[in-house]
Amino acid sequence: MASTIVIDKAAPTRNVKYGSMSRDRTWALRWSYFFLGLFAIFSLVPPLYMLITSLKGSAEISAATNPWWVFHPTLSNYIELLTSNQYLRFFLNSAMVSVFVVTITMLISVPAAFALARMRFWGSATLATGVFLTYLIPDSLLFIPLFKMFAVIGDWTGIQLINRWYVLLFIYPTLTVPFCTWIMIGYFASIPKELDEAAIIDGASWFQTLTRIFIPVALPGLIAATIFAFTQSWAQFLYPLVFTTSTDQQVLPVGIITTLIKGDVFNWGQIMTGALLGAAPPLIIYAFLMDYYIAGLTAGATKG
Amino acid sequence: MADVTLRKVIKRYDDVEAVRGIDLDIADHEFVVLVGPSGCGKSTTLRMIAGLEDITDGDIMIGGDVVNDVPPKDRDIAMVFQNYALYPHMTVAENMSFGLRLKHYPKAEIKTRVDEAARMLDIVELVDRKPKQLSGGQRQRVAMGRAIVRNPKVFLFDEPLSNLDAKLRVQMRIEIKKVHQKVRTTTVYVTHDQVEAMTLADRVVVMNHGRIEQIGTPNDLYHNPATRFVAGFIGSPAMNFLPCRLEDVAGQLHIRLTDRIAFPLPPARAARYHGLARNEKLLLGLRPEHITEAKVHPEPGIEPFDAVLDVTEPMGMETLIYFTLEGAQVCGRVNPNAGARDGGPLRLAVDLNNMHLLNEATGAVI
Repeated sequence: MASTIVIDKAAPTRNVKYGSMSRDRTWALRWSYFFLGLFAIFSLVPPLYMLITSLKGSAEISAATNPWWVFHPTLSNYIELLTSNQYLRFFLNSAMVSVFVVTITMLISVPAAFALARMRFWGSATLATGVFLTYLIPDSLLFIPLFKMFAVIGDWTGIQLINRWYVLLFIYPTLTVPFCTWIMIGYFASIPKELDEAAIIDGASWFQTLTRIFIPVALPGLIAATIFAFTQSWAQFLYPLVFTTSTDQQVLPVGIITTLIKGDVFNWGQIMTGALLGAAPPLIIYAFLMDYYIAGLTAGATKG
Repeated sequence: MADVTLRKVIKRYDDVEAVRGIDLDIADHEFVVLVGPSGCGKSTTLRMIAGLEDITDGDIMIGGDVVNDVPPKDRDIAMVFQNYALYPHMTVAENMSFGLRLKHYPKAEIKTRVDEAARMLDIVELVDRKPKQLSGGQRQRVAMGRAIVRNPKVFLFDEPLSNLDAKLRVQMRIEIKKVHQKVRTTTVYVTHDQVEAMTLADRVVVMNHGRIEQIGTPNDLYHNPATRFVAGFIGSPAMNFLPCRLEDVAGQLHIRLTDRIAFPLPPARAARYHGLARNEKLLLGLRPEHITEAKVHPEPGIEPFDAVLDVTEPMGMETLIYFTLEGAQVCGRVNPNAGARDGGPLRLAVDLNNMHLLNEATGAVI
């Protein structure tokens, strides 16, 4: 006992306990992990359930067994869908629509954002706000007037766009262009003014400043916008449901519903499989470009 | 290479006049520095020469041609920015060659020019790096390199050293001077730092409130300022201004500072100021180096007086002293061995051979 006291006196006194700040931090972290865990479970259970169901045959799905376990795993749902021309057609339609929409969106929104962020013409600030406001109008409000519009165009010109997959190339950009333009305006605005002035003095035209300076520098934002446009067009449901009716013109989300639900018969195994396969492309894209996506969104958010 | 001329150049933003009619002739090969406090219009003037700002009225000529409506890229100028403005996604070599590549110069020519500029700026080993891998000083060199490779008629510098630390600033100042001695390109340089202006310029243009206060060589501005603004702006520590008036005492012209202190003017000064009204409110302008410790043997024009010091600042080579005279703080420079100490008395002397006399109301140097 006595020797302990001697050692205490010899050593410099130092508080080895955590300070109140770090104790606060520890608790904050614990709560964060608790809620993050809760959230992860909440959002991961549905896809897991989809995966489990997709591996079951129809008999097992309707049987009163444990729904969270596969007793007789089978790939029959996958084989049937992937060999069905109809399902592959939906997939192809979705892919074509998404790729074209992304391309169209980028071709419009990048130059638009550059002009609104940098060229400072009369009314550019108002126009920029206006672009964002158009994004706030929900598609459930727009689909009837849009349908009427295309019907009228069809009557007047004889160009039939309704029930053609490519009609979606005119419609989706009304959703994607405003949002992507807005993201890109924020991103371009965060680029220092001197950079385009330097480019202008170096002899670059506006177009060269955009293609050789702004697009490379704002690449993370561009990728974020691309991912957004892709996800939007891939997951669209209401517009394709309204505008396309023949099965050879339908995209994936609509096709699954219209062909795999017959009256009150739900082909659950194939529905789950179809949805799971349909979720794969965005999932793969996110996995590879996640960092860019977050970087792009935050830069646009804080400096926009 | 070219001369630059500004004729009655005015810049108005809505109802604010940023530049109020500037006339300036910059000769070929000349290094001219625009200096003044922030908001004096110096950067706006530079940006108008660059073509980044439209001019509201007047003419700007480069090499004899009016360029008012010529876009920046056709003015054959190069500009160095305060924050360097390097293209972050390009290497140093790509940054430097961007302008030449846009103009479709042959590859060999581009390489020769970039190599030459890199050698001149001592950044040869950095040419393959990206800007974010460079220090502030290195970035500044690259920005200069980008200007040099273009071989333009005019270099424009917009506060290029403001983002660097004090030591690096001194070093880069010398670099800029060396580069100018080598390439001899007409240069317009903007800074708020009077030391930079003095050390770099062939001629300094002091600006204030959108107008030119005075144009002259650094020494000229220092020794013969035209206005109170220039006298106070150029030189560090700044010139002292003491309220005073002229007085005749026993047939000799005196300058009276306080009830107790009045100095006889040396003959040359007395002759110059003789015609002034005796009751006019004047300011005595004295640089700190002309307020020193009193010598044992008095010299003509150097008049002793006693003061009680407030604060002393030993600088090593000299000691700065501060004391109060009629409510005004006065700064002087004395020998470190003169016995100056905080709160202590000291016998000082003013050198009236180097005095300036200003009209208090107009601020003009008489």
